[in-house]
Amino acid sequence: MDAIFLQILNGLDKGGAYALIALGLTLVFGTLGVVNFAHGALFMLGAFCAVTFQKLLTLSKQVKDESITFFDAYKEIPYLEIWLGDTGAAIIDWAVPLSIFMAIPVMLVIGLIMERGLIQYFYKRSHAEQILVTFGLAIVLQEIVKSFFGANPIPTPAPDIIAGSANVGAWFGLGDSVVYPYWRMIYLVFALIVIGSVFAFLQFTTFGMVVRAGMADRETVTLLGIDVERRFTIVFGIAAIVAGLAGVMYTPILPPDYHIGMDFLVLSFVVVVVGGMGSLPGAVAAGFLLGILQSFASMNEIKSIFPGIDQIIIYLVAVVVLLVRPRGLMGRKGVMED
Amino acid sequence: MGFFKLSARDALLMVIFAAAVLLAPIWLKPFGAAYPDLLQKFAIFGLFAIGFNILFGLTGYLSFGHAAFLGIGSYTAVWSFKLLSMNVIPAVIFGTLTAGLLAVLIGFVSLRRTGIYFSILTLAFAQMCYNLAYSVLTPITNGETGLRVLRDDPMVLDRAVGVIQEGSPIGDFFGWQMQGFPAFYFCAAMLIIGFYVSLRIFRSPFGLKLRAIKSNQTRMRYTGFNTRPYLLLAFVISGMYAGMAGTLMVVTDPLAGAERMQWTASGEVVLMTILGGVGTLLGPILGAVLIKYFENIFSAFNTDVLHDVFSFMPDWLENFFVTIVHPFVGEGWHLTLGTLFMVIVIFLPGGLVEGFNRLFQRRKKKASSEAAGSRVATGGEKQATAEN
Amino acid sequence: MAERNIVLNIQDVNKTFGGLKALSHVNLQIEEGKTHAIIGPNGAGKSTLLNVCIGRLEPTSGSVTFNGEILTGKAPHEINQAGVVRVFQTPEIFPELSLLENVMIPALSKRDGAFRFNPFRRLADETDIRDEAESVLRDMGLLEQKDHHAGSMSRGDKRRLELCMGLVQHPRLLLLDEPTAGMSRADTNSTIDTLKRIKERGMTKVIIEHDMHVVFSLADKISVLAQGAIIAEGPPDEIRGNPKVQEAYLGGAHE
Repeated sequence: MDAIFLQILNGLDKGGAYALIALGLTLVFGTLGVVNFAHGALFMLGAFCAVTFQKLLTLSKQVKDESITFFDAYKEIPYLEIWLGDTGAAIIDWAVPLSIFMAIPVMLVIGLIMERGLIQYFYKRSHAEQILVTFGLAIVLQEIVKSFFGANPIPTPAPDIIAGSANVGAWFGLGDSVVYPYWRMIYLVFALIVIGSVFAFLQFTTFGMVVRAGMADRETVTLLGIDVERRFTIVFGIAAIVAGLAGVMYTPILPPDYHIGMDFLVLSFVVVVVGGMGSLPGAVAAGFLLGILQSFASMNEIKSIFPGIDQIIIYLVAVVVLLVRPRGLMGRKGVMED
Repeated sequence: MGFFKLSARDALLMVIFAAAVLLAPIWLKPFGAAYPDLLQKFAIFGLFAIGFNILFGLTGYLSFGHAAFLGIGSYTAVWSFKLLSMNVIPAVIFGTLTAGLLAVLIGFVSLRRTGIYFSILTLAFAQMCYNLAYSVLTPITNGETGLRVLRDDPMVLDRAVGVIQEGSPIGDFFGWQMQGFPAFYFCAAMLIIGFYVSLRIFRSPFGLKLRAIKSNQTRMRYTGFNTRPYLLLAFVISGMYAGMAGTLMVVTDPLAGAERMQWTASGEVVLMTILGGVGTLLGPILGAVLIKYFENIFSAFNTDVLHDVFSFMPDWLENFFVTIVHPFVGEGWHLTLGTLFMVIVIFLPGGLVEGFNRLFQRRKKKASSEAAGSRVATGGEKQATAEN
Repeated sequence: MAERNIVLNIQDVNKTFGGLKALSHVNLQIEEGKTHAIIGPNGAGKSTLLNVCIGRLEPTSGSVTFNGEILTGKAPHEINQAGVVRVFQTPEIFPELSLLENVMIPALSKRDGAFRFNPFRRLADETDIRDEAESVLRDMGLLEQKDHHAGSMSRGDKRRLELCMGLVQHPRLLLLDEPTAGMSRADTNSTIDTLKRIKERGMTKVIIEHDMHVVFSLADKISVLAQGAIIAEGPPDEIRGNPKVQEAYLGGAHE
């Protein structure tokens, strides 16, 4: 029982990341009709927003180390600490959560540039060409990041105060073995909040209503004289923000490197397909579902029965779903069912 | 006409192609590409791209998982070396066949879907193969280290005949060691055969039906064709080409690693094909050669070389250019690749071959503008009578 | 005796889309060698009926038999191979291929069947297929353009190409969905002539048509479909004078 509960918990945060990326992918596919292979790169860019922000905060000045008296020793002290003292140190400690405030405008701008500069010219072209051009873009983006930040993963720790783990088992009257890092819990809550805000935005605003109508039947909405295209540009920006935030917050869980986006993208595509192309709830549900499944598959008990299952479970599920129920778990009938 | 059952034009094409491939060590010399390692790569990736084009070019099905066939071909070839013989013939045969078998399995499932779903299914299968090769299948693939031939491997056939090589094992073609130029000529022979088969497929009713499926599959069904076996065959044939390319990689260097199956490798063959021209005969080979050529040149560049290249400029301009170009070369070759990918898809979706054709036709059109003018006139007449 | 001549037998076919009844209790017998026209106002269910015949739609109930063989539930290519060929209303051609290739494809289907793997046969050696395709193109006046891309042709030419693709298969039953819609008067007349010529060869045809001129110059028998049901059936002269038919058409026109 404990083990099962723990695996569900472990699956949830990864599932949250899948769900956030898949949500953006689905939004973009449903509205713009574009298959965006560069969406993973947005996740990666988000993660590197956090890295950059942390680097900016820790810009340092060489100061003579007074504690060493035998020879001239220097140490690096961040300007923030010099100017603000302990407050500065605290800000640096909280770099990852704070970088959200930088990531939102940056990701929005990146998203808008991407859509206006490239994606808009591919609305009318074949899916194959969309895949190819965004694939190229993804390579370009990750190589640029690589040339700036190098090929190695960059550790970006969570704030000290929440670096430990919570004894979740005790909360639910289970054994002490069920411990769960605080940050993963925060990630889960964060993912749920972002997903909730996107849904609320689509559900309760007129803008969201138009977008939903456009997803259901683009032509009719265009015929109504609504300028769908401009709204769709903004939708792309929102998708970029969501992917970026997913990346920012994931950095303490997995130190980002330049190909983190690609790794997540392939899985997220599978998630979208399983959830149902064009279905937002489907994307979210499938994201969590596959995250949990993957977590279960990596249990030793399961691995001893099906060796290697943890490596392929997600793809296996996708294959089965595509064959048995081509429109995915929650896809609408007739949407790209072929 | 009688020449290998090719029409006069195709026979000429075939002869020129074969000559160009076999004489590559001579005419590629001025380009600095006439050394065997690179020539082998040209031939191997040319073969890979020809095969990919039979699927993508003829049927329009975009597979993102062809690297899986490359990988399984490689592993099979190494095992054929290890267990049977260092002779390359069994390796090539078995590698191609196992790739074909894997293609039957993957194709049977993936071809139930079209469009982007097909792409994602093939991608998923390839990633599955890649992950398995890295984890559970380590006893067969030797995981991250890669699979290589060892001196004390069984090599049953070789030992039976009593020919055991000295030193580290090298592929062997009845006494020819598969290194340097002999290895290139072996790959070149395979490339020429591969090109011939592809030419015949292009010119056959089978090829026409595949193109018709690409153009309008629904109509093909209502015209009485069961399209699925056609697609499966195209998929398997193209998988076998990839498998053969994989074995040739091992023939020239008896080592197989899982990274060969990664989806970036699948993406690379897509790029080669579209760069040269999807659905054209020569385009994919052209694309493969160009990409491998530039990869080779660009990767070798470093800052010093760049400074040499731009040394004719004033210093400030030289530094400026070096700064700009630097991220694109050496380690940054992939950046160039990605940029190239985008540029081609955006500006020249038909690839280089179509680009040439367009240039050529424009000139031709200018020459025969009078003829075109008269054609327009008759068209107008017909419309006039129709309106009466 | 009369039974034997029936090629296509549509028995009590119903088709509903959600709550909407598109076809109700349709019974139709097509006799061999005859041209049978199905007319009716827009939305009467004519196209649905054709789609049921070629397997694009499955009937909610009822059956379609062709020469005693049940067609319902069969794959489209099986129905085509059985000899039921449809000419589409909106041209469903192969836009990237040349006209000649467009017509060679169905000719190959007739000869090769649903599947044949012949990668080492030369297309250039298929002289009989080519000759046949060219003769059909010649009949429709498209031979001169045989090397043009089909996608770049005018709409009228595409319609004629559609017809070529149907005719080259020498089907036992040809289903024509408004073969002259959108054609000029001259093209319509030449199409009528062509269809008359194949009638002389004894090909059975079902025509769905709005143009009464076409219907009355070709049809041996006419069925009138209104709101998914057959309201009248008989030779052209009888239908022309049928008050029920006139009412259905006028009523339909007003809606």
